[in-house]
Amino acid sequence: MMFTAGITSAAYIAAAILFILSLGGLSNQESAKRAIWYGIVGMGIAVLATVFGPGVHNVLLILIAIAAGGFAGYYVAGRVQMTEMPQLVAALHSFVGLAAVFIGLNAEIMLQSVLVMREAHALLPAGDPIVLDDLASLTGFGQRLYLKDAVEIAILRVEVFLGIFIGAVTFTGSVVAFGKLAGKVDGKPTQLPGGHMLNAAALAVAIILGLLYFNGAGIWTMVLVALIAGFIGWHLIMGIGGADMPVVVSMLNSYSGWAAAAIGFTLGNDLLIVTGALVGSSGAILSYIMCKAMNRKFVNVILGGFGGTSGPAMDVEGEQVAIDADGVANALNEADSVIIVPGYGMAVAQAQQAVSELVRKLRARGKVVRFAIHPVAGRLPGHMNVLLAEAKVPYDIVLEMDEINEDFSTTDVAIVIGSNDIVNPAAQDDPNSPIAGMPVLEVWHAKQVFVSKRGQGTGYSGIENPLFFKENTRMFYGDAKASLETLIPKIE
Amino acid sequence: MKIGAPKEVHEGEARVAITPESAGHLQKLGHEVLVETGAGGKAGFTDDAYRAAAVEIVSDADALFAAADIVAKVRPPTEGEAERLRSDQTLISFFYPSSNKALMETVKSRGATAIAMDMVPRISRAQKMDALSSMANIAGYRAVIEAGNNFGRFFTGQVTAAGKVPPAKVLVIGAGVAGLAAIGTSTSLGAITYAFDVRPEVAEQIESMGAEFVFLEFEDSELPDGAETGGYAPPSSPEFQAKQLEKFRELAPDIDIVICTALIPNQKAPVLWTRDMVEAMKPGSVIIDLAAERGGNCELTKPDKRIVSDNNVTIIGYTDFPSRMAAQSSTLYGNNIRHMMADLTPAKDGQVKHDMEDDVIRGATITRGGEITWPPPKPKVAAIAAQKPRPKAKEPTPEERRASELAAFRAQTKSHVGLMAAGGILLLLVGSYAPESFMQHFIVFALACFVGFQVIWGVSHALHTPLMAVTNAISGIIILGALLQIGSGNWLVVVLSFVSVLIASINIVGGFLVTRRMLAMFQKS
Repeated sequence: MMFTAGITSAAYIAAAILFILSLGGLSNQESAKRAIWYGIVGMGIAVLATVFGPGVHNVLLILIAIAAGGFAGYYVAGRVQMTEMPQLVAALHSFVGLAAVFIGLNAEIMLQSVLVMREAHALLPAGDPIVLDDLASLTGFGQRLYLKDAVEIAILRVEVFLGIFIGAVTFTGSVVAFGKLAGKVDGKPTQLPGGHMLNAAALAVAIILGLLYFNGAGIWTMVLVALIAGFIGWHLIMGIGGADMPVVVSMLNSYSGWAAAAIGFTLGNDLLIVTGALVGSSGAILSYIMCKAMNRKFVNVILGGFGGTSGPAMDVEGEQVAIDADGVANALNEADSVIIVPGYGMAVAQAQQAVSELVRKLRARGKVVRFAIHPVAGRLPGHMNVLLAEAKVPYDIVLEMDEINEDFSTTDVAIVIGSNDIVNPAAQDDPNSPIAGMPVLEVWHAKQVFVSKRGQGTGYSGIENPLFFKENTRMFYGDAKASLETLIPKIE
Repeated sequence: MKIGAPKEVHEGEARVAITPESAGHLQKLGHEVLVETGAGGKAGFTDDAYRAAAVEIVSDADALFAAADIVAKVRPPTEGEAERLRSDQTLISFFYPSSNKALMETVKSRGATAIAMDMVPRISRAQKMDALSSMANIAGYRAVIEAGNNFGRFFTGQVTAAGKVPPAKVLVIGAGVAGLAAIGTSTSLGAITYAFDVRPEVAEQIESMGAEFVFLEFEDSELPDGAETGGYAPPSSPEFQAKQLEKFRELAPDIDIVICTALIPNQKAPVLWTRDMVEAMKPGSVIIDLAAERGGNCELTKPDKRIVSDNNVTIIGYTDFPSRMAAQSSTLYGNNIRHMMADLTPAKDGQVKHDMEDDVIRGATITRGGEITWPPPKPKVAAIAAQKPRPKAKEPTPEERRASELAAFRAQTKSHVGLMAAGGILLLLVGSYAPESFMQHFIVFALACFVGFQVIWGVSHALHTPLMAVTNAISGIIILGALLQIGSGNWLVVVLSFVSVLIASINIVGGFLVTRRMLAMFQKS
């Protein structure tokens, strides 16, 4: 069975619309469950229309590759823990990057062979059987290349360069992000001597190689560009700390989209362009939201480190007062309204089930229990929501920062589980604080605040948190999961 | 220590200071609890209920005063009760020391410690023992119920087969705790509720309860500031009062029910509803005066009496609204007392630690060790943060508003046009050099970016992780590139495409399945 080019294009339009609908459906939890099928159907249509479209050979190989890849994807998706979602997302980004590099290199190899063929054909009369045979042997992409003029080939080379460069940065960057998120690479920012100058130099070399390539230098330039871009991706992400990973992962998400779009231009495939642009803009918006939630500039996050401060931070007065499970249980038994603020610490301690159990018990006693989620809580945008959903916490009691921030003043008890900077009042009170101006959850307005925390250390940003010293704050030290498990039986 | 509650001796008083429920909490603090027999009877708590809560029932007041280390009461003690106190005893009750100076002297001379529940400072830490507020809340609720009892019509408007009934109009004067409770009750019964208070900062609270704030046109500087007087309304200027009366006079013919709750600390209640206003009201209207004990806000109010004016307006001046709901008010008052005891017994070991450094305990203690310790020094923590200067009070005139809207619109238009022009020039530049085949794809790209931005902004924050996973999946569309190349004759191209198809398939299948798994977890309650 073969589809004509027209049917293929029609299928592509359908697929593009289905993709847009599947993203748009994520505006709420219920429509999302339907929208995911739009995406799946769209992908199915796109792949079938391509495989059975004009100029595709080696269908057996394709089937083997899809079957193997599909099985691997099925296996991973079924086994992954929800706490490991950030790693999985990063790993999947790296695949897109790697595929983009390969496809870009392929494009160059095929371009060379097509150009050789064209030169040979120039000596033959039009309609010569050899010419026709050759043309018939070309893939769909090869035929397209055959028809390109000089300007178009120049543009193609720019596109190949971009595709390979972005793809390689995405690949190694995502591999490092995966390593950091999975704890296989140390989460602390580390850089080679020279820091960002090294990156700049590498970028300059890559551009020079690119120029050489436009002027006819061989494929070796592109292989080198891939290696250099790979170095940049690796070095850039190595220099960024663990807590900035939400921005990094969103950025890599964006890059994986732009890489796909660049490859789409190379191949002249509109569906690739549309999908790449959708993914690219999605990642860009996520990065923007994350940066906004930390009140930091994107460049500042990517180049690492916090912004300069203009003076000494305010001194924190008072002392941290510890409390035991009995004290927390008493306060919870008397409280009518409770807000829980989860953070990365909850994910690390795998405490989401214990949290859910606590919430279930409190709600069964008629107390109003809600969650407040800061946009950068965790290591992935929306990570806390997924963890809580996995633990069967109903999503309508899980609220965003803007929805719930005003309600702390009318709340009896706020429980902070494994978060620190996102509840730091210094962001509002201390203009010299490194996180000054960052929107934070105002838990200290609640009548009582309990902070579940492993020890007295500071958070990721290394700054003291005045919340822990407030009069209405009590520190509930210990591993979050163990602490909650001792607490739950005491709720009556 | 032993905490005991005697039966209230004031006539008509139905409340009791300790309930079986609060007794349980007191026992948890390490105290023993005693109650005089029949003390909770009028509030619906039988002796048996107390016994079930392990409370010792004492046969009479003498025995109770002899046995208890701490005597908890509702009303201020009578002279007789005060005489019974010993020097090692503590009394906890309402006391109103400013109007009960002689009584205070008696308690002092007995050497006993007295804690006045009405003197608990109004700071947030002490809210749980603020008995004035908990009683005022009940009074506000009861005032509306009492009004309904005396009002011959519905509160809520109804359209029935027999005809249309307009909703009642209720005016609440004074939006303190009682006023706000009255507003809440009245709006939930369906009446159209208006509320007035001299403190303009409570307008927001009034509106949040569903009532309409009666607004007075006045200069900012002349408006009183409640923050200086611990959250209570201070006396206002004569001009202001005149303005206020004028407004009420205007409202009077239209209002069905007036609930007066306006009190000024340590002063006679201001007269806000004059005789002529009563006369202007419709027959059948009702006035509930919660300020009756201090003379009343209505000129005609007679304390503890229900009177009917010549034009058939009912004016109720009962002063025992909380006692009329004794079960509820005893429960809340009992909780206030037990919270006070919790502060007095910080170690929960049954030993009272009377810490005169503590703002709350110091503020409420009026006699101790043979001395009068009233009035207390200013608390270390201000009751309510000083009001910030209100920067905006002037309503912009329609012209000003239109002008600012126009300016904002222009600025926005300018930035939009600027962006579009820049984008257009960029496109033109690309278009003038690039061949048409490129431009076709470029248009698709630009439009897709645009659609992408529009769509992604609508994605719920809670679904950002599924969003990333689904974009992972659809960016697997890069498989198309590899599919188009895999048929090449060059073995290297075939190998690279093969690997690309394989990993892109992992993305597609893995991404979609994990998204589906995540989304399925999101459950509504």
